[in-house]
Amino acid sequence: MSESIKSDEMNADREAGKLTALLKQKFPNDVLDFHAHRSDETVVIERDSLDSVCRFLRDDSRCAFEIMLDITAVDGLEMNMKPRFEMVYHFKSLTHASRIRLKVPLEEDDCRIASISPIWKSADWYERECFDMFGIIFEGHPDLRRILMYEEFEGHPLRKDYPIDKQQPLMELKEIEERHTYGREL
Amino acid sequence: MTALQARMATSKSGADFSASVMTIEIGPAHPAMHGIVRLTTQLDGELIVGMEPEIGYLHRGFEKESENSKWIQVIPYTDRLNYVSPLLCNIGYSMAVEKLYGIEAPRRAEFTRVIMGEISRITDHLTCLGAAAMEIGAFTFFLWFIKAREYLYELVEEMTGARLTTNWTRFGGNSMDLPDGFLSDLADRLSKLEGIMEECDKLLTRNKIFIDRVKDVGTISKEDALSYGFSGPMLRACGIPFDVRRADAYSVYDELDFEIPVGSTGDCFDRFLVRMEEIRQSTSIIKQAADKMPEGPFMTDERMLHYPDKKDVYGNIEGLIDHFKMVMEGHHPPAGEIYMPTEGGNGEMGFYLVSDGSGDPVRVRMRPPCFNFVQAMPLMTVGHYVADIVPIFGSVNMIGGELDR
Repeated sequence: MSESIKSDEMNADREAGKLTALLKQKFPNDVLDFHAHRSDETVVIERDSLDSVCRFLRDDSRCAFEIMLDITAVDGLEMNMKPRFEMVYHFKSLTHASRIRLKVPLEEDDCRIASISPIWKSADWYERECFDMFGIIFEGHPDLRRILMYEEFEGHPLRKDYPIDKQQPLMELKEIEERHTYGREL
Repeated sequence: MTALQARMATSKSGADFSASVMTIEIGPAHPAMHGIVRLTTQLDGELIVGMEPEIGYLHRGFEKESENSKWIQVIPYTDRLNYVSPLLCNIGYSMAVEKLYGIEAPRRAEFTRVIMGEISRITDHLTCLGAAAMEIGAFTFFLWFIKAREYLYELVEEMTGARLTTNWTRFGGNSMDLPDGFLSDLADRLSKLEGIMEECDKLLTRNKIFIDRVKDVGTISKEDALSYGFSGPMLRACGIPFDVRRADAYSVYDELDFEIPVGSTGDCFDRFLVRMEEIRQSTSIIKQAADKMPEGPFMTDERMLHYPDKKDVYGNIEGLIDHFKMVMEGHHPPAGEIYMPTEGGNGEMGFYLVSDGSGDPVRVRMRPPCFNFVQAMPLMTVGHYVADIVPIFGSVNMIGGELDR
């Protein structure tokens, strides 16, 4: 690939899309960065603004993101990413047929972020999975437990410093009462 | 919720009500649980008053395993995601890596992918409907649908050499071109499928016993479905015509003519009807794609994306070097991150990939469509009777491989 094509591509990546411009205008101090690599609109925002940005994305008629598609994280340990973790949210708007990706950088020693499960129900399980796999704490989540691994599992398997061949002891099957917290509100 | 509200109204006090609640665990290894998942159900008599799904029994660490592999080595893992439509997972992942590279597969490869993908979607729907109907007593329907699926699996076998573990796509094309006589076999199988569809339609769609079990059962409203992140047939059954094939028009779907069936109430019967219609639409898509099948290469000729032809490997030094570097170092997608949405058998199957340009994937994430459906199981079942779990869970089409990854 020649250098000129490469720089053209870089310029296209740096062009702010409509939604990016809107978010920058609405939250001038919270938008840290943006790009549109391969035309995926991506906005990096400040951790504390996540809740208000999400509510804006869902409720504002210019955004109308009805579906929260996916929550995941990226562990940048091997890429020497600073800060180490990055939360990644994907949204889909049916009204405007658009998609957007939000990213929130998280420090390793302070892996906390607001839960968006009050805004979209689908966030509930995705956040549990993210907690399970990366050990990120979602503040305000109604029931933050492991989901794919079992309760006694130690560590967070998708962190890059978790060895792929590490073994953990098998657990005895617990009695039904111990397995579930039935005191919870139904 | 009416039955539940009535029961709560007739119980004298809250304490009295909770005293009669019994906990029953359905699964993890229960015939109606389709894979392995546990539904801890709280029952008052036969009425479901609480439910908690517990997943993770089939967790194999797809993401961890992928991140410790080369890009190309992930393709066989994707077969094991949604194992009733493995080709759709192959195609989704390969298109995601192609997006990371910024390339497109040749048109012949795309049309072949559409054909194979739609065959996979049909097998997915046939399995889902057949199993769901069998569990509520329609055994003949199941046998006929599995027979139809078998016809299609034979096509998949002809194309890929395997029925389930297909490992068929590559970055920038497919591993194989259409075999000789494939398109005529395809036409033959599709006409057989259409015959079976017609028979089964007569058998079940207006069958009172069946309708009584599925109508107004497991209803979910549009708002809840959106909030729970539904997609695919489950969302369309609620009346929202969202189909990634149309909404994001990936591959060559914009050149093909198809309808997006939608339901109205979002109950199990609507999901049944939507899937039945989608099978017919997929059949029509396959026929159009077969008619339009262009001539040309089935694999990109971009260097360092595909293994060079053997005549180049043995015939000239560039070919030999390329082959050596491909084997020893693998693919090197440029640094970046992409999300590639595709319409899987169950809904939006999206791959989120992060590359740092070093040749090892940093992040391989697959968005599992049925994750959301299983999460919404309590919403769909509470207030119904215990026997309704079976049709509701059947209509959800939970696939363990995709759910737990």
